[in-house]
Amino acid sequence: MNFDLSDEQRMLQETVQQFIENECPATKLREIFEGDEGHDPVLWKGLVEMGVAGLAIPEEYGGAGLEILDLAVVSETLGYGALPGPFFNHMVGSLAIAWGGSDAQKERWLPQLANGEAIATIAFSDPEEHWQPDQWQLAPGGTLSGVFTNVPLASSSELIVVGLAGGELGIVEANDSGVHCDSMGGADRTRRIDQVKLENARCELLEKGSAISGRVRDAALVLLAADAFGGSRRLLEMCVEYAKTREQFGVVIGAFQGLKHQLADMALDVEPNCGLYWYAAHAQDHAPEEAERIAAIAKSHITDRFMQVARDAVEAHGGIGFTWECDVQIWFKRAMFDRAFLGTPSHHRSRAAALADW
Amino acid sequence: MDLSYGGEAENYREKVKEFLDASWPLEGEEKELSFNDQCTIFRRRATEAGFLYRNIPKKYGGSEQVSNPLHAQIIREEFSRRIAPTEARGIGTMMLVPTLLERGEEWQKEMFVERTILGEINWCQGYSEPGSGSDLASLKTRGELVDGEWVINGQKIWTTSAHEADYMFILVRTEPEASKHAGISYLLLDMKQPGVEVRPLRQMTGTIDFNEVFFTDAKTPENWIVGKRGEGWRVSRTTLKHERNSIGATSQTRAQFRNLVELARSVELKGRPAIEDESVRQRLAALEGYILSHRYSGFRQLSKDIAGEDPGIISMMMKLYSTNIGNEVSKLAMDLIGDAGMLAAGQSKILSVPKQKSQGWIGQYMYSLGIAIAGGTANIQRNVIAERGLGLPRDSAADRSKAN
Repeated sequence: MNFDLSDEQRMLQETVQQFIENECPATKLREIFEGDEGHDPVLWKGLVEMGVAGLAIPEEYGGAGLEILDLAVVSETLGYGALPGPFFNHMVGSLAIAWGGSDAQKERWLPQLANGEAIATIAFSDPEEHWQPDQWQLAPGGTLSGVFTNVPLASSSELIVVGLAGGELGIVEANDSGVHCDSMGGADRTRRIDQVKLENARCELLEKGSAISGRVRDAALVLLAADAFGGSRRLLEMCVEYAKTREQFGVVIGAFQGLKHQLADMALDVEPNCGLYWYAAHAQDHAPEEAERIAAIAKSHITDRFMQVARDAVEAHGGIGFTWECDVQIWFKRAMFDRAFLGTPSHHRSRAAALADW
Repeated sequence: MDLSYGGEAENYREKVKEFLDASWPLEGEEKELSFNDQCTIFRRRATEAGFLYRNIPKKYGGSEQVSNPLHAQIIREEFSRRIAPTEARGIGTMMLVPTLLERGEEWQKEMFVERTILGEINWCQGYSEPGSGSDLASLKTRGELVDGEWVINGQKIWTTSAHEADYMFILVRTEPEASKHAGISYLLLDMKQPGVEVRPLRQMTGTIDFNEVFFTDAKTPENWIVGKRGEGWRVSRTTLKHERNSIGATSQTRAQFRNLVELARSVELKGRPAIEDESVRQRLAALEGYILSHRYSGFRQLSKDIAGEDPGIISMMMKLYSTNIGNEVSKLAMDLIGDAGMLAAGQSKILSVPKQKSQGWIGQYMYSLGIAIAGGTANIQRNVIAERGLGLPRDSAADRSKAN
C-alpha cells in the first residue's frame, strides 16, 4: 500500500512549480491576464523545453509516455499557479491522437506535438452545449461545415481535434482556409476560448476515434479536477496569508474565531479532494472498470468545491477581495472554467448516477 | 502509486486467517460460556498470537509487537470479516491504558492494565463539568489530601457509562492557588462507594448513554494519582504512539451511504422508487463525492503512517469531515422517509431500536448531532484545524483565563 506520489512525480511537480515561480510570478500572471492573447508563447516554450508538451505522448514519438496521474499532478501545479496557456487543451488533444490515431496519423502529428512545434486543442462543444461524445452532432466527413464553441486557445493552436457524431474524432488544421476562429472572450482569462466556424474545412478522421473518445473525455475531466484542486489549495493559502497579516481592532483578523472557522471549513473543502483526484487519475491507467465513473465524480465534486472556495475566498478578503486588483478573481474565474468546461457538476452527477451500481 | 498491500502483507493476512479459522468461534465446552467470557478467552489467545494490543508490553498483558500500520489494518479487516472480538473498545483501553503506560507507576500498570484490556474492569472518564466543557481546564471539582486520602467534592457531567463503570479516571483541582492548568491532578477512583452518586441523563433520542456524577467526600488512596500533583493537565494530554485506524471511519461512512441507497430503493416518491427520482440521484451522487474523498483521504493517511511520516492537516480533519457526511446522509434520509419523519418520532420514546426502518433513521438523524458534539464539538475541531493545521493565532482568551 503506497497511496502517495512517487519521488519522480514529486520531482516533476516541484520542477514545474519552480518554473512557475521563476517565470510567471504575480506580475507576469497579471500582465497575461490583462493582455489580449491570454497566452504567452515564451512561457509555453519554457514548458516545452522541460518536456511538458510531450508528457502524454509515447516515447517512440518523442514524448515521455507518462500516465494520466503524471499529467494530473502537473495540472494541479498549473492550477495552483493559475498558469495561462494551452497545457490542458494540448494534453487532451495529444491523448486523442496518441490513443485514436492510425500509425500514420501518429507518425505525422505526435512528434510535432511533443517537441512544441504544434499546439493541439479540442473542439468538443457546440452552441447547444453538447459536450459528451454521445451528444456530438456534426456528421463525420472529409470536409466539415459547422460551429464549435468553447474551444480553448483555438487561434493559438495548429491542430484542432473535433468531436463528431457517433463519438468520432477528427483532426482539422487551424490554418485551413475553411477554419474561422473568433474569440468568445471567456471569464477565465488564463484559458481563453474561441468559437470555431468550419466552412468546408478539411478533416481527417482518427482511425479509432469512437472507441477512445470516452476515455479522452474522462482524462480531460480528471485534468480539470486536478487543476481545481490546485487552484483551491492556492486560494486557501492566500486567505490564510491574508488573515495572518491584515489587522483590525489591533490584532490580526486570523485570531477571530468567525474567520478561523470559515477558513477551517474552506480547508475541509480543499484538502480531502487530493486523494480523490489522485485515485481518479490512477484509475484511468490501472482500474479501467472504474475509470469513467470516478472521473465524473472527481470532476463534479472538486470543481464544485473549487467554485465554493473561490466565493469564500472573496468574502474572506473583505472589500479588497471584490476588486479587479485582487488576485483572488484570477482563480475565481479559473474555477468557473473548470466547473463549466465539459459539462456542469450536475451533468456529471447524472452520469455518475447512471453508471452507479445503485 | 500502489493500492495493493503487497506480498509480505498478504502472507501476513494468511497467518491471521489461519489463526481465526482455528480460534473463532469457540468450540466445545467453551461455547457454553457467557458471551463476555468467550470474548475474554478469545482476546487472550489473539493477544498471545500477536494480533491484539500490539503496542502494549507483554508483562502488562499486551502482545508487544513492532508497530506496523499495514498489519494492524489487515488484522482489523480479517477480524471484522469473521465478526471476531477485537480489542475492548472502552474508554479505559483507549484513554487510560495509554496514559498509565506512559505516566503511571509500576504498581498501577500491574494492577490495572491487563484487567482493563481484557474487559474485566470498566472505566469512565471524569473530565467535563457543568461549567467546564470546551474550556476543560477551568474545572472546579476539588481534591483535598486529608489523612493520607484524597477527598473529592464536586460534579462531573456527560460521563459515558458511569452507571456501569468500576473505576473513574478523574481530573480534579488539588492546587487551588496555582494557575489554571497547573492546579489539576489526575486521580483514579473506585466508583462503588457511598460518596459517588450517578444520575443518568436521558438524551433527545430517548436512550441513556451518559450521566451526571456527584461527589460528596468521595475517597481515594493518596497514591492513586497518575503523575505528580498539579501535573494532571499534562498527564491527560498523553497520547501514546499507536497504530491509528486510518480507514475505519471511512468504511463506516461508506456503510451509511449503502444503507441510504437501500432506503432510497425501498421508499416511493411520486409513485416511483425514490432512487429513480432525478433530484435524489443528484444528491446521492453529490454525497458520493464526499464519501470518496473521505475514503481516499483515509488511504493517504494510512500510506503516510506506513511510511512513518506525518500525514499533516488531513488527520485533523477526519472527524469533522465524517461528522459532516453523517449529517448530510441523515438529512437526505429524513427527506426520503417524508411524513414518517415527524409522525414516528412521537410514538416511541426509544428511537435507537427501530421498529420500522424509518425510526432507525430518525434516531440516526439525532445521533449524528451527538457525534458532532462528543469528543470535541465541531467548532472545537474547527479551532484545531485553523490553529494547528493552518497556523492561525491561538485564541488568546483560551490561554489567559483563570479558574475561580
